Amino acid sequence: MYWGSLSEFLEMGGYGLYVWTSFIITGLCMVWEILALWRRRAAAIAESRGIVRDIG
Amino acid sequence: MNWSKYSAPLAFYPLAGRMIPWFGTVAALAIAVGLYIGLLVAPTDFQQGEAYRIIFVHVPAAWMSMFLYVVMAVWAAVGLGLNARLSFMMTQAIAPTGAMFTFLALLTGAMWGKPTWGAWWVWDARLTSELILLFQYAGVMLLRTSIDDQRRADRASGVCALVGVVNIPIIYFSVQWWNTLHQGASVSMTAAPKMATIMLTGMLLMTFGFWMYSLAVILSRARCVILERESLQLWSKPSSVPEVAGVR
Repeated sequence: MYWGSLSEFLEMGGYGLYVWTSFIITGLCMVWEILALWRRRAAAIAESRGIVRDIG
Repeated sequence: MNWSKYSAPLAFYPLAGRMIPWFGTVAALAIAVGLYIGLLVAPTDFQQGEAYRIIFVHVPAAWMSMFLYVVMAVWAAVGLGLNARLSFMMTQAIAPTGAMFTFLALLTGAMWGKPTWGAWWVWDARLTSELILLFQYAGVMLLRTSIDDQRRADRASGVCALVGVVNIPIIYFSVQWWNTLHQGASVSMTAAPKMATIMLTGMLLMTFGFWMYSLAVILSRARCVILERESLQLWSKPSSVPEVAGVR
């Protein structure tokens, strides 16, 4: 472990704002993409079920 | 095993579904270990201090932005050459993830540029060509949505993706061809890496994790695209999509 304390870790030698913004926004984008795909999938399945039911 | 049968979207659908959990799990593990090494184990950089830790998301995102563009262009070429529906669907599935990583590469680059260069943005060759890449992804996606006829939309966005691939070597070599503020490559195929082994390990693990994440997300989007575009075909073959199979 490189860090001595939690506050030292969060401060990132004074660059905390830049480092944490980078990591957090990257994480949020990836989580958002997964959630958006989840919703798109649910909508696509609902649509397909409707079509199969109507034609069949 | 006859792989060519999987070029039919409805045959590919269940195969993709079986692969997604594996890629997703490997991605989560690689990213967890990569973050642990990058944030907790790796020592500080003697020149840039702790700001250098942005490298653990910036470089993987930037590599994926270029790599995914090339993969997207290859699928577009296959689609244009063989007139294969699934290839165009893959092109369509890759573009949003590629665009997201391009955006993240630019954003984390700005976060790194401000403390080290004193500027969020400079019109340097590396940054400018990467920004153009973002516009190219946007172009490929917008061209598709702006054309109603599916086949014409596929071909137009495919040609757009294919032509734009010339920008990839420009981005990659920009730090050699021009005198840029952006630092040169830390890792290349011809020379020993210019960084400590532990830092390199963290960065490569994050890259591997982002790659596996991309595979999971792109296959998942490809499945959505198949459902959206092939729903009429489902009538004759509902068994390939378990979620739809029990409707009738």
